[in-house]
Amino acid sequence: MTTNRKSRREFLLKTLQGSALTATGALGWFYLIQQQAQASPHAVRPPGAESREEFYARCIKCGQCVQACPFDTLDLAEAGSYVPVGTPYFVPRQTPCYLCPDIPCQEACPTGAISETLEKIEDSRMGLAVIDIENCLSWQGLRCEICYRECPLKDTAISVEHQPRRLSKHAMLVPLVHSDACTGCGICEKVCPTQQAAIRIVPPELVQGEIGEHYRLGWKSETSITQDFKSSTDQSAKDSENPALDYLNQDNEL
Amino acid sequence: MNESDLKPKLGRDGEPMVGTNGRPMHELLDPPQLRGKITVWRFVILRRITQIGILLLFFGTAHWGWSLAGEPLLSGNLSGSEFAGLIPMADPFAVLQIVLTRAIPDTEVLIGAALILALYGLIAGRVFCVWVCPVNLVTDLAGWLRRRLHIKDLLHLPRTTRYLVLVAALLLSAITAVAAFEWISPIGMLHRELIYGIGLGWIAVLGIFILDLFVIRHGWCGHLCPLGAFYSIIGRRTARLVVAFDTASCTHCGECATVCPEPQVLNLKKLEQTGWVTPGECSACGRCVGSCPEASLEFHWSLGRRDGLEPKFTQFSPEIISQRRSP
Repeated sequence: MTTNRKSRREFLLKTLQGSALTATGALGWFYLIQQQAQASPHAVRPPGAESREEFYARCIKCGQCVQACPFDTLDLAEAGSYVPVGTPYFVPRQTPCYLCPDIPCQEACPTGAISETLEKIEDSRMGLAVIDIENCLSWQGLRCEICYRECPLKDTAISVEHQPRRLSKHAMLVPLVHSDACTGCGICEKVCPTQQAAIRIVPPELVQGEIGEHYRLGWKSETSITQDFKSSTDQSAKDSENPALDYLNQDNEL
Repeated sequence: MNESDLKPKLGRDGEPMVGTNGRPMHELLDPPQLRGKITVWRFVILRRITQIGILLLFFGTAHWGWSLAGEPLLSGNLSGSEFAGLIPMADPFAVLQIVLTRAIPDTEVLIGAALILALYGLIAGRVFCVWVCPVNLVTDLAGWLRRRLHIKDLLHLPRTTRYLVLVAALLLSAITAVAAFEWISPIGMLHRELIYGIGLGWIAVLGIFILDLFVIRHGWCGHLCPLGAFYSIIGRRTARLVVAFDTASCTHCGECATVCPEPQVLNLKKLEQTGWVTPGECSACGRCVGSCPEASLEFHWSLGRRDGLEPKFTQFSPEIISQRRSP
């Protein structure tokens, strides 16, 4: 009887010790995973990769997308890089995504980490182009606009706007990125002629704000409250009578 | 192989030892000539060929454009791959972890995982470990050096630890919503970096090498690896490839257990009862088959029931044994 109880106690203790040993390892393991998954928000993902969580959960790290890419854009992250180990990513400044219409990387993905819901490559959101206006040649007043001309979605993802300049009469032509159309392909970052690219691809959640529900841009929405502001459209009519281009010819201000 | 290759096994008193069946015991086969060596090492040589060959197929497809009928020959890696654009394959353990993250993977990878599961389920689960897995190249090297340098174990770790690691991998996948083992797997790191470019993965591999060489014999593959644990559960009941055992010729010298990386599977009492090594933790590496001085162990492949094999393997006369030794 006593030996029975003793062996049971021993058995329970051994089980507890074994579980404790595993738990110790598992805690360190848990930390490693969290560290990798949370601390690496900068990677630019292949087109069609859904939210970071969804992508991380599904990717099996097989590299079939890497091999399917005809431009050798994608690479699998090596251990110790800034991207979680084994997941596909690309560095736009080295090789951007050239937006293949048949999306071969999506075709190759066996798990759906590169989501099949993406039907047109123009709808992909690999990242968002962001301009550093302090170092952008166009924003400094030189004629450049290379990003605009090379953008595969010219005029929708990147447009060029006229902007008056204080120093001289010459207007500046400045590029602007529109987040509703930018795919984050990175061709602009690749072609930017400055020493360090002045336009860069960044995961949108790192740079994009969100206005929130409680602010109303009355002049934009069609809600009943905003009907009173209808008259403001008259202003834009006045602007078009007097476009920015013409101001150089109307010397009365100087 | 010649009868002269057999060296009598001497006891502590210097007298030749006699087996339980009354036959003289012998030392492990270690013939001096090349031909004999090749016979003893034939499965190790074959394993190196499959291990490196599979790596080469992946590498050649990725870098040299190897193809078959216009499709990439073997794209991807051991986690997930596609043969000739037709047959998907996937690591069933990785897919199980993905399923536990509650992300429903695409059918392609589910089919691939089912194919691999069926393949190893039908051959023998841990055939993956020693015939395919690239880490085995590292751990076998550590094991060989360890034998050469006569290094003793520093720690004792139960062989069941790997099943706890397996459970931890599955639990962590559910908790962290990423495939937990795939995110730290040294197997994946070594394999990927051999195919796609070298990073810091070698540090993990070096860790395994040091563990195996100085700390615990077969520390990684035999004690810790959850993928090995997964594969030793697969095919425990369905494996068709077993190491068959001949009671009559075995002298109980126990030399097989000294070369076996999973010596607990060579329990002689159990072997005598069943007539074969119980599938599961046995990785079918063939070391025991190659080096048994009595030729009492042999690979046996059967698609049907295994019961029919017993008489064939228990009735060996010394003549048959010497015949089998000279191929």
